Amino acid sequence: MSLLHIEDLDTYYGYVHALKGITLDVETGEIVTLIGANGAGKSTTLRAISGLIPIRGGSISFDGQPLNGVPAHKIVERGVSHAPEGRHIFGTLTVTENLNMGAYILGKDQDAITRNRERVFKLFPRLEERRRQLGGTLSGGEQQMLTIGRALMASPRLLLLDEPSLGLAPLLVRLIFDTIREINAAGVTVLLVEQNARAALKIAHRAYVMETGRITLAGDAAALLADERVRKAYLGEQ
Amino acid sequence: MQLLQQIINGVTIGSFYALVALGYTMVYGVLKLINFAHGDLFMWGAYLGLTGVSLLAGLAGAGQPWMAVPVITGVLALIALTGVLVERVAYRPLRAAGRLAPIISALGVAFILESIARNVYGARWRTYPTGVAPAGGFVLAGSVRISTMQIAVLVISFLLMAGLYLFVQRTRVGTAMRAVSLDHTVSRLMGIDVDRIIALVFVIGPGLGGIAGVVVALYYGSFDFTLGWSFGLKAFIAAILGGIGNIPGAMLGGMFLGLVETLASGYISPQWKDVIAYVILIIILIFRPTGILGERVAAKV
Ligand SMILES: Nc1ncnc2c1ncn2[C@@H]1O[C@H](COP(=O)(O)OP(=O)(O)O)[C@@H](O)[C@H]1O
Ligand SMILES: [Mg+2]
Repeated sequence: MSLLHIEDLDTYYGYVHALKGITLDVETGEIVTLIGANGAGKSTTLRAISGLIPIRGGSISFDGQPLNGVPAHKIVERGVSHAPEGRHIFGTLTVTENLNMGAYILGKDQDAITRNRERVFKLFPRLEERRRQLGGTLSGGEQQMLTIGRALMASPRLLLLDEPSLGLAPLLVRLIFDTIREINAAGVTVLLVEQNARAALKIAHRAYVMETGRITLAGDAAALLADERVRKAYLGEQ
Repeated sequence: MQLLQQIINGVTIGSFYALVALGYTMVYGVLKLINFAHGDLFMWGAYLGLTGVSLLAGLAGAGQPWMAVPVITGVLALIALTGVLVERVAYRPLRAAGRLAPIISALGVAFILESIARNVYGARWRTYPTGVAPAGGFVLAGSVRISTMQIAVLVISFLLMAGLYLFVQRTRVGTAMRAVSLDHTVSRLMGIDVDRIIALVFVIGPGLGGIAGVVVALYYGSFDFTLGWSFGLKAFIAAILGGIGNIPGAMLGGMFLGLVETLASGYISPQWKDVIAYVILIIILIFRPTGILGERVAAKV
């Protein structure tokens, strides 16, 4: 049984039919990447999983339990954390406070919170140096680290990452992708949305390609990396 | 000497403004809504306090200072409950309806609360039974004196504000409240139940307003149904002055407005105090449109 199973999912923004029957699986331990052009529906898929937009047709289940109709704040408790596109850290909260909010569902379990914070600081030592600074004063790369670190604070089993490399310098992109691999190696399943298809396909086990609200291709990441159609459309090759 | 006396009086009135301003600013923080009903919740605090005190004074034969304690506690609970109810019935259903509809709804609730108060308690001035507000006072130096009631006001306000500040800055739920003020969607992704945090804001804000209602009525002795509008509007201005949405700003704005009003009234003329206070307000807003402690950091993110 898949950790995450999406079956024939339909969602709308008003009258805009954003997802038109998506079927997708993520197995425990995998990194699965979802690639596709701008506006394809990748972020919408993640928003539907984490309960931010309603499911209008089909179903999503996590660990065998349906997520349809479950409010967003309850889905985090089930073990799904979402690091949204465009970072969205809490600008007037300190780095530590941002991380504490990531651990909100842990309640007063200080031991677990401290343990998770140590783990995040080990992944991103820069955050530890800046822990007393306000989130809004961090650089773009640091804000991305904070977004990922904050999502890890809830001890998720599934991590949803939306465009973590967007707008970052090449060196930082490398660091972020290396860290995603490290997070996965530590036992967290990852569903990664990326426009940087090449880098995403290199670290992923499997991949799905989306176009205008539909999945058009699916398979092993290595196979897709070699696929003629993917190379032309998403890897910028002739 | 005269100055010290003015400062004591100004800080007392400033604490009233601050307590009420906190309700405006906290609701604005989490909903970006100006809760025009807040001034009337505050006024209802004064009326419910009147009922409670009159009841106890009737039973005991005369007003006693201890009566303030159960009355304030009861009023706090009732006004907090009303606040939560107002949010649930008049604001929550309109949360996705843009900015205008909730404001109209808030004005509607304000008129409803005010009309009910006038129908129930009448339009005339109402006076608290004597003996409840602590009498007496202390001479500090020469002609400068501080009344026992002023001391009580300052102690209560300080404890409430310090408690609120520590709660918001130091606790997990208080931090979640600040997070919700910044971004509802991301707060939900943290596992924060945004509706519950908003409900909590409508417990704390109106609760403080209710306490302020009783204390203001005890301090001045009498009031009428326009209290919510007149006094509430000034507290709202104090919230804007401090930087709406900012909790320390509301405290500072309240103190500032109370002091300016009192000093203008004492040194220039009571008839001109509002003119002076609001000229100063406009000047501050021209130079700092976001208020004294208004934040710009959030806009950067
Ligand atoms: N809040 C919204 N309101 C209306 N339409 C939206 C909204 N967000 C996204 N869309 C539309 O839904 C489609 C999918 O968007 P999105 O999931 O953000 O794409 P991607 O993440 O793949 O770039 C696009 O056509 C986009 O214009
Ligand atoms: Mg997107």
